[in-house]
Amino acid sequence: MIENLDLSLVDWSRAQFALTAMYHWIFVPLTLGMAFIIAIMETIYVKTNDPAWKKITKFWMTLFGINFAIGVATGIILEFEFGTNWSNYSWFVGDIFGAPLAIEGIMAFFMESTFIAVMFFGWNKVSKKFHLISTWLVAIGSNLSALWILVANGWMQNPVGMKFNPDTARNEMDNFWDVLFSPTAVNKFLHTISSAYILASVFVIGVSAWYILKKTNVVFAKRSIVVAAVFGLLTSLFTVMTGDNSAREIVRDQPMKFAAFEGLYNGSKGAGLVALGIMSTSEGDGTNENMKDFNFKIEIPNMLSYMAYLDGNAFVPGVNDIIKGYTDNDGEVHPPVTEKMEMGRKAIAALKAYKAAKKIDDTVGANEAEKELKANFKYFGYGYFSDPYEVVPPVSISFYSFHIMVGLGMYFILLFVLCLVYIYKGNVVNKKWFLRMAIWSIPLAYLASECGWILAEMGRQPWVIQDLMPTMAAVSSIDSMSVIITFFLFLLVFTGLLIAEIKIMLKQIKIGPNHGGN
Amino acid sequence: MNNVLNRLVKLPKTIWEFYYEGFRNQSKWSRQLWLIILIKLFVMFFILKLLFFPNFLKTKYDSDQERSDYVIDQLTNPKKSIK
Ligand code: HEM
Repeated sequence: MIENLDLSLVDWSRAQFALTAMYHWIFVPLTLGMAFIIAIMETIYVKTNDPAWKKITKFWMTLFGINFAIGVATGIILEFEFGTNWSNYSWFVGDIFGAPLAIEGIMAFFMESTFIAVMFFGWNKVSKKFHLISTWLVAIGSNLSALWILVANGWMQNPVGMKFNPDTARNEMDNFWDVLFSPTAVNKFLHTISSAYILASVFVIGVSAWYILKKTNVVFAKRSIVVAAVFGLLTSLFTVMTGDNSAREIVRDQPMKFAAFEGLYNGSKGAGLVALGIMSTSEGDGTNENMKDFNFKIEIPNMLSYMAYLDGNAFVPGVNDIIKGYTDNDGEVHPPVTEKMEMGRKAIAALKAYKAAKKIDDTVGANEAEKELKANFKYFGYGYFSDPYEVVPPVSISFYSFHIMVGLGMYFILLFVLCLVYIYKGNVVNKKWFLRMAIWSIPLAYLASECGWILAEMGRQPWVIQDLMPTMAAVSSIDSMSVIITFFLFLLVFTGLLIAEIKIMLKQIKIGPNHGGN
Repeated sequence: MNNVLNRLVKLPKTIWEFYYEGFRNQSKWSRQLWLIILIKLFVMFFILKLLFFPNFLKTKYDSDQERSDYVIDQLTNPKKSIK
């Protein structure tokens, strides 16, 4: 009965999703963050009535417009992929996210066609106040439109508030508020949008630094830097806080992801935090048992236990502990993966038995099978594995992406502080090294942001829905060749869009704020 | 009252003029952006979606019952991975 699964289909489907999601994410954070920066700048203009602030607002609005126009609708591609490449997943998730995402789409359309139109066409046509309100509504609306997709992602990482219907093989929403306010979803939303504010702030600072280096539009650039640095600094602190909350949530709901991004193979009480490390590549031993985890590391003793549980002596499980089973700090017993695999197999068999019993109207048999399914459903997805080590995500990728993101987060805080210090002291114009560093920080902000998603999505492998559906069970049985062809088509289309974005942006930046327009 | 009514009657025209003027007075680069948006939407919806991204379950089966049966069959007959 066991068919063969073409792994290249899974790999290409994943590669295609990763490619399109990462390209899509190049456009999104700048829109989310820049919208607020523009709204703040325009508020200053309306408050002070200083035309210089109007010019500043209009210039950054132009860059916002370019990014928005090129990025808009690139996310729909991901929905195409769900329906074609990931049909088992889409069916299993049910209609839960369909309606909210559709409402979000309609809301976004109306918001874009009205308030963005007022933002760009409305100068001198509507009152200053109405224009300002429209700008704020664009900022709030665009950020809210990221909400549902992030709630959906949060649900996949920590599926709550649903009930599985064995008749349809779909999950049905049981408690809307549990889904919306799941700590995973809340932290994810807040962390994602606040990290986008950092990216936009770094972008504004970098472009402004270029003007100062070129000795043009210096006053304009300094004012822009002040707004972006204050906004960036405040939101950085918030990003650290939400990231920290995310991590504390992950250690409970996705401990394997946590162990992976901390590079922790063997857990312990009073675990140390590896602040910096080079992971060993000696993965010769398939079980990781005797694996030397780091070639080099700088470790802060007890810090990991403290960060995970706010107790320096708490036990933090590592990859091997999770495989073998462990008892957490609250006394809850987590069974070994082999046991979960057994339960998963029982759940799968029970679903099959349920379906068969239903077909012949055997109510007793169906009831029994349903009971068995319910008892084991928690570990449904483990039934697809044949080796417990299949549940380990790529540790090195998770570790490095996490550490690059956090390291850059600290660096951006330093950048924002230095901006404010130099502006306050009035010597930013002379700090050429700093201005160059600010320009080079733009790609670093994108790197940090992409690393965040790499961590979130690679770190949760092999799951598409934590514990319930592994990636290999989620793909459609389609020809892998068609996925390969569309992979390259997307590569072409998105690369074209990115080149267009960079070219038009650079042109507009060179033209500068004095000759900009809508 | 009359004034409000008058404004309401004129509203569609005002909105039309707002957009019309807005589009007409765009700069060259804005027009380029619109062109990019239109080409992008065409490629996405008329080439990629229609030719390469049919909804797998919707095109293969006619009813939700059949779709459920198919997915349950897929989920309960786990595939063995081959490299
Ligand atoms: C400095 C401290 C930071 C900490 C402690 C932190 C922590 C985290 C954690 C634990 C995740 C994984 C969440 C998940 O898997 O569900 C994550 C994801 C992410 N991070 Fe960070 N992060 C920090 C800074 C940053 C910075 C500076 C950026 C970008 C400028 C960033 C952007 C992201 C993004 C886009 C994601 C994916 C969305 C999500 O899962 O929340 N993070 N971060």
